[in-house]
Amino acid sequence: MAKYSVRTFDAVIVGAGGAGLRAAIQLSESGFKTAVLTKVFPTRSHTVAAQGGVAASLGNSEEDHWHWHMYDTVKGSDWLGDQDAIEFMCRKANECVIELEHYGMPFDRTDSGRIYQRPFGGHMSNFGEKPVRRSCAAADRTGHAMLHAMYQRNVKANTQFFIEWMALDLIRDAEGAVLGVTAMDMETGEVVAFHSKTTIFATGGAGRIFYSSTNAFINTGDGLGMAARAGIPLEDMEFWQFHPTGVAGAGVLITEGVRGEGGILRNSAGERFMERYAPNAKDLASRDVVSRAMTTEINEGRGCGPHKDFVLLDISHLDPATIMKRLPGIREIAIQFAGVDCIKEPIPVVPTAHYQMGGIPTNYHGQVVVPHGHSKSAVVPGFYAAGECACASVHGANRLGTNSLLDLLVFGKSAGESAVDELRNSPKAHKPLPQGEIERALARVDRIDTQKGGASVHETQLEMRRTMQKHAGVFRFSDLLKAGVEKISDVHKAALSTEIADKSKVFNTARVEALELENLIEVAVATMVSAEARKESRGAHVRDDAPDTPEHPNGRDDANWLKHTLWYKEGNRLDYKSVKLTPLTVETIALKTRAY
Amino acid sequence: MSNRTLQFKIYRYDPDKDQKPYMQEIAVEVESTDRKLLDAMVKLKAKDDSIAFRRSCREGVCGSDAMNINGRNGLACLTDLTTFPEGKPIVLRPLPGLPVIRDLIVDMTQFFKQYHSIKPYLINNDPPPETERLQSPEDREELNGLYECILCACCSTSCPSFWWNPDKFVGPAGLLAAYRFIADTRDQATSERLDNLEDPYRLFRCHTIMNCVEACPKGLNPTKAIGKIKDMMVRRAV
Repeated sequence: MAKYSVRTFDAVIVGAGGAGLRAAIQLSESGFKTAVLTKVFPTRSHTVAAQGGVAASLGNSEEDHWHWHMYDTVKGSDWLGDQDAIEFMCRKANECVIELEHYGMPFDRTDSGRIYQRPFGGHMSNFGEKPVRRSCAAADRTGHAMLHAMYQRNVKANTQFFIEWMALDLIRDAEGAVLGVTAMDMETGEVVAFHSKTTIFATGGAGRIFYSSTNAFINTGDGLGMAARAGIPLEDMEFWQFHPTGVAGAGVLITEGVRGEGGILRNSAGERFMERYAPNAKDLASRDVVSRAMTTEINEGRGCGPHKDFVLLDISHLDPATIMKRLPGIREIAIQFAGVDCIKEPIPVVPTAHYQMGGIPTNYHGQVVVPHGHSKSAVVPGFYAAGECACASVHGANRLGTNSLLDLLVFGKSAGESAVDELRNSPKAHKPLPQGEIERALARVDRIDTQKGGASVHETQLEMRRTMQKHAGVFRFSDLLKAGVEKISDVHKAALSTEIADKSKVFNTARVEALELENLIEVAVATMVSAEARKESRGAHVRDDAPDTPEHPNGRDDANWLKHTLWYKEGNRLDYKSVKLTPLTVETIALKTRAY
Repeated sequence: MSNRTLQFKIYRYDPDKDQKPYMQEIAVEVESTDRKLLDAMVKLKAKDDSIAFRRSCREGVCGSDAMNINGRNGLACLTDLTTFPEGKPIVLRPLPGLPVIRDLIVDMTQFFKQYHSIKPYLINNDPPPETERLQSPEDREELNGLYECILCACCSTSCPSFWWNPDKFVGPAGLLAAYRFIADTRDQATSERLDNLEDPYRLFRCHTIMNCVEACPKGLNPTKAIGKIKDMMVRRAV
């Protein structure tokens, strides 16, 4: 067995995207000894690719209110979001966005010098009346501007980064407390146990489980894999967002901000088909609604191109100056990846896997919570999660655009604050490290280094992604889901017995990819099993055997399924917990049929 | 377009087993859906998993996959396969001027050290107001062409002045960042920032060779930003 050394910190943050960097600001500025581990240099994290904006009811261009934002988010979630967490997020939005501006984020500006805001899908004024300008934007590079501003703030705060370190496994003792992580220095192959009093996961999503995805190569669900292996359940993993506008063939994201600025989706007849599906919000309906409408158009033969397999996103009617000012990055992407100049021609787009609504279960303080004893939400001592890897749950069954950047700001900050509180209020010595837990991670690395006659990492990940795409896509079918559960369990076996040819200790990216696949496959299994079990349609999860009926509008079955799924790796077991319908201060946003 | 075979010559060096670097010749078949160099490299890696390179977003915003492609610095994910001449191997080398860790992966410590040396964060010592600090659209426009940098290092590692003095010359990426904060009306540290660059090397080693402008995959112009800093230096000296 490989050797390892131990390093000791007050706090360890895994991941340096938006959530991790925001949490790190909190801890570093509070003076606690903090390590931030990241597989890539912080500004290469996938937050960098977010385009359209971050939601906050600043009301810079027209009247807005956090309560309206809360209503939209609950409705967007198809009532599966926890209303306490949603109220918390929407109320904190302004403060968090203003802080970012103070950090130096280069937001676009209105004529009066305030932060520029644009309309976005599902964001409405006055409890669902008409689209409102709520998305705070830096052109169409909001994520890039935000990530760099937060990295820069961390440079100022002297945050200690461990760059190109991959976390391998969570360290949990017999009482269930989290005591840090084991991690590998990718440059040298050295394994270190990071022994800490508090551990924050900000590891992002796992969109790479799908064949066609807007996600970066690094989005491999490492935090979810680590949590699942440590006995922590994953919540609501059946809910995946398919973004309506990925570039056909390439998968690269085209922001909803394009439609916010006036872009229109058209089918092969040139028809603005969203008018039929969402008469009020039209092209700015919620993402799940638009993705399904597009898929229906394509399935019914009204797709474009030689294979009739995409629709067109048209902004050629906009003033070229507006495109150059508000959507310069989109123009570059369209030229680079679709071969069209969107000033003159429409962009071919298809719904593309984009965002994981589920994740590691947390409360709105960022604390990880699991069923224990009589409670369904007992706090796991020392463990926090924020951002896409976490499920607070603010997105429920479908996330609104611009709420992901808000999620990572608000919950990155609140997880950081909670960790600071824990370190301040209950100062205690580090609990002793349980040896066996560290050896579990070392054994996984050893296995990969020594496996003979195993499966190819490349082929296995392709098989996983094809299986997920076919069996758990935009529309779901009961027989395909059932077959998918069998199939993904076969892929799971292959993923845990991969063989690599590269045996080097130095920057062994083959080994990293094999380790990443072990995380991805846990997410894939969780997704398939949770989706197969949920016998209703809700938000992004729509199945053929739960159709729209007068008794169950949109196929939603609140009597049986208004509850969160919890998937456990051990025994591939499912449990459920109730949705928090009581907000913090306002009245419950009552269940209603969702229409845009 | 049907499948075709691409020939590669790739710089290989693994300090764990190689005495010295060598060029590996390898071919790979790509499909019509493979548009970019990175698509072909992913297929190469499926064939030989020991080829090491960085990559992440595959859309030109994360800055991971910068390398030297047929003698020019660029991002693999933004380089069209159609730009390569038929019948000639595609030559891939690590970014020049930085120590090689392995294969196409360079040690970027020096590059980031220079970036950090310009204090790449907003400095404003006034108590933060309740709302945003106001900035006119015109003032905000001054940041265009500056804030979009992805820190890929294509520019600095194409710059002869940075090759000779990577420890003393800030380099185009760092200087672009310096001007990004100087140009920001919210930043109060302009004179401190200029002091920080008042040195024979840090700024003035830029000899306007302009390789950086040609290399930048985002179409930014560090030379222009450097020129503006030099102007400010001259004006405050007079």
